[in-house]
Amino acid sequence: MARPEQNTARRQPATSRSAIIVYSIAAVLALAGLADALYLTVLHLTGQSAVCGGSPSCSQVLASKYAHIGPVPVALLGMLGYFSVFSFAVFSVFNYARATVLMRITVWLMFAAALVLLYLQAFVIHAFCRYCLFSAAVTFLLTGLVVAIPAQSLTPKARP
Amino acid sequence: MRPLLPLGIVAFVALVAMGVGAMLYHTYKPQALTISKEQAVIGKPEKVHARGAATAPVIVEEFGDFQCPPCGAISEPLNQLERDYHNKIRLTFRNFPLANHQFAQPAAFAAEAAGLQGRFWEMHDLLYREQTNWTKSTDPSELFLSFARIVGLDTAKFQKDINSNEVKERVAADQKRAAELGVHLTPTIFVNGKSIVGPSLNPAGLRAAVETALAEMPSQ
Repeated sequence: MARPEQNTARRQPATSRSAIIVYSIAAVLALAGLADALYLTVLHLTGQSAVCGGSPSCSQVLASKYAHIGPVPVALLGMLGYFSVFSFAVFSVFNYARATVLMRITVWLMFAAALVLLYLQAFVIHAFCRYCLFSAAVTFLLTGLVVAIPAQSLTPKARP
Repeated sequence: MRPLLPLGIVAFVALVAMGVGAMLYHTYKPQALTISKEQAVIGKPEKVHARGAATAPVIVEEFGDFQCPPCGAISEPLNQLERDYHNKIRLTFRNFPLANHQFAQPAAFAAEAAGLQGRFWEMHDLLYREQTNWTKSTDPSELFLSFARIVGLDTAKFQKDINSNEVKERVAADQKRAAELGVHLTPTIFVNGKSIVGPSLNPAGLRAAVETALAEMPSQ
C-alpha cells in the first residue's frame, strides 16, 4: 500500500523538472519565431517587401494587402506574439502560474492566426513565403507543446 | 533577487531584439538612386517606351519586371497618375527582368515584340493585368500569343519578332541602363531623376513625389 505514496512523492519533482524543460523549449521556439518575425518586420518597414529581388513567392505574399492590417504589418503583430510567449514561458519557468495561463491563451491565438495566414497563402494569394511557413511551423510546435502536455501537469504551484 | 531574474532575462532579450532590429533596419534601408544630367533620358536619341507629353516637366522612369507582383500592383496607379497629371508627366518604362523570375524575360520579349507593331503599352498593361494567370502557367507562350491577338497584333509577325535579335537587344539595352544607374530591384521608379525608395514606394508616395517635382519646377 505504501508504493503509490512513494510514486507520488517521486513524481512531484519530476513534474516540476518536465515543466521547466517544456517551458524552456517553448522559450527557445518563441525566440526563433521572434527572429523570423523581426526580419519580416524590418523588410516591411524598409519597403523591401514592396519590391522584387529575392524570392518571387515571398514578394507575392509580403507585397499583398494581407501583409498588413491598416498601417500595422502582420509581422509586427507576430513579433509581439512571440515576445509575449517568450516572456510568459520564462516567467512560467520561475513558477508564475498566471504566466502559464497567459502563454496558453497567446499560443492558441497565434495558432488561429497562423491558420488564417496559411489559408490566405494557399487559397487567396496562391503563393507561399518560406519565412511565413517557418513562423507557422514554430507556432504549430508551440501549440503542440501546449496541447500535448496537460495543463495540470505543467501548471507550477502558484506563488503566494 | 529571484523575482528579478525572469524580468532580467525578458528585458535582455527585448534589448537584443531591438539592437538586432536596428542593425537590420540600417542594413536593409534602401539607398536612394539619382540619375545625373548625363544619364537623363531627355534629349537622347535612343528609343524609350514613353507615354504622356514629350514636353512634360516631370519624367517618371520605371524599371519593371512583368512577373514581379509589386510591379503589377503599382502599374495601374502609375497609369492613373499619368491620366491625372495629363501633360505634366511623361511615363517611361524600362525592362528589368529579374533572373529569379522564370517568365520575366519572355514576357519582356513579348512586350517588345508588340512594341515593334506600335502596341507596347497595350501589351504592357495586359501583361500586368493578367499577371496572376500567365505566371501560374507552365508555358505562357500560348497565352502571350492570345494577348497579341487581343491587342490586335499581326500574330505571325509577333511570333517571329518575339525571338528576334532586335527585341533581345532592346531588353539588353534597358538592362544595361539599369546596371549603369545601380538598379537591382523592381520596381525601381525615378521621378525627375530621384528614385522613390522604401515605404514611399506606393501610389500615395508616388503622387507626393510628383507633386514635389512639380513644386520644384521654376514658375513660368
